[in-house]
Amino acid sequence: MSTIESTPRKSVPASQPTLGQRIREIVLSPNSIRTLSVAAFFVIWEYYGRRMDPIFMAPPSAIFNAALELLQSGALRKAIVESLWPFAVGMALTVIFGIAIGIAVAQWRLVEYILDPFINALYAIPRIALVPLIVLWAGLEFAGKVTILVSVAVFPIIVNTYAGIRDVRGSMLEIGRAYGATESQIFFKIILPAAIPFIMAGVRLSVGLAIIGIIVAEFFTAISGLGGMIVEYANVFATAKLFVPIIVIALVGVVLTELVMWLERRMSTWRTLERDRF
Amino acid sequence: MAAVAPTPPASDGMVVYENVSKFFPVRVRLGRKDQPELMVALDRINACVNKGELITLLGPSGCGKTTLLRLTAGLIEADEGRITIQGMPVTGPRKDGCMVFQNFGLLPWRTVMGNVEFPLELDGVSERDRRATAREFIDLVGLSAFADHFPHELSGGMQQRVGIARALMRKPILIFMDEPFGALDAQTREQLQEDFLKIWSLTKATVIFVTHSIDEALLLSDRIFVFSTGPGRIRAVVSSPLAAERLDGDIRTHPEFSTWRAELRQMLRSDSP
Repeated sequence: MSTIESTPRKSVPASQPTLGQRIREIVLSPNSIRTLSVAAFFVIWEYYGRRMDPIFMAPPSAIFNAALELLQSGALRKAIVESLWPFAVGMALTVIFGIAIGIAVAQWRLVEYILDPFINALYAIPRIALVPLIVLWAGLEFAGKVTILVSVAVFPIIVNTYAGIRDVRGSMLEIGRAYGATESQIFFKIILPAAIPFIMAGVRLSVGLAIIGIIVAEFFTAISGLGGMIVEYANVFATAKLFVPIIVIALVGVVLTELVMWLERRMSTWRTLERDRF
Repeated sequence: MAAVAPTPPASDGMVVYENVSKFFPVRVRLGRKDQPELMVALDRINACVNKGELITLLGPSGCGKTTLLRLTAGLIEADEGRITIQGMPVTGPRKDGCMVFQNFGLLPWRTVMGNVEFPLELDGVSERDRRATAREFIDLVGLSAFADHFPHELSGGMQQRVGIARALMRKPILIFMDEPFGALDAQTREQLQEDFLKIWSLTKATVIFVTHSIDEALLLSDRIFVFSTGPGRIRAVVSSPLAAERLDGDIRTHPEFSTWRAELRQMLRSDSP
């Protein structure tokens, strides 16, 4: 047998990027392209917006002035509170009901057979079709908004919780059984943690739907909140003001979705990494 | 022991099998109809495992060796006969009998520490005490530096070391091992076999070890239960000729090793029609 003469190398130095490469890297980074794209969009909007009839279109500068005006008068703050409060309550109820119903349906066959015709039927009906009925029962105010939001947003959480629990492999449950875990220990220490990534994906989808739900609710019920603002300004052709609630909704939507995605990533790290491995 | 059963095996019986049978439902096609039928997975097993022994159940896939292990572990119930552990019939999983799984059976959202402490967590042991015990066994299997790592960050061999550490946490009198090294590459497997023997010699637990590898059976066992298939039966019980020397280094190099291996292979092969 012959032996290897040279000493083994654990690592070798990587070459340093040149200044030109660094600049290219920064200029062509995804974030600078994103920023550039948005800036160009606003410039073009401003340019053509100024040349159009203000009834149809408003340039960003006019929207910015309208936003300042609405902030100073307190109208924007009032609308945001009117929307966010039922949104928060509705979202909390959505998560609680969604997870509870999902667990119940996944864990007990009897509950599944009793509930799944209704879940399927409600899932199939566009919930907007139910808005007039909900208004009739729950009224035009707070309760109505919350009910509409829950009816629109709850399904992805139910469906994902159910799928997540059903996805837990038999071999995973056997770990608990082999080590003499009680039924409740198996549920809380194995089934639920295993289903968390699914549940969080459901919550992410549900947040998007909840935003739609609250705006629809405000269109149809008491004309209040950010949705109400849109209807009100559209009716009087105050186009610059009309854009303000739209932009606020967009911002809130982006922030909320990012927040949930961040939470989701944190709680599902093991799953993504496990998937990457194979 | 009173002679109640037909042929009670004589021993000090850590685990005693008396006419143990297990059936699984299958569908047999008869003409146009599916006819439900019971397939015999294990047919009247009579055997005995002594205290402190390392027994391997050796046989091809589908011979019922894993079924016998699961029956002993209380994960499934026998359809006929009975299994007793220290004279007590098996009614379900026991806290002093711990399992090492073929695919490691780790909880992927828990760290090494979280997985190893799991049995004592189920028992309601305080976090401080169970972590201290877990630390001990993590050290024993050589993973001290990896206590905070997640299973997906470890190699297969390391994952199974975690599985072994977890199985030791309750200081079990019985360890059930279901082809624990089957999913590992050859070098890792040999290393784990050696390390496991050392750990086992410290614990004095009785081990029932399922394998389809003749080498593994020869390397590890006090006795080998050789299975025949269709229906699963114990064809022979072989006292390992190398049991006395297995802790003294690599017995694969033993001059008689290949002779014994050929003999066992012959025993397994003569089974197929």
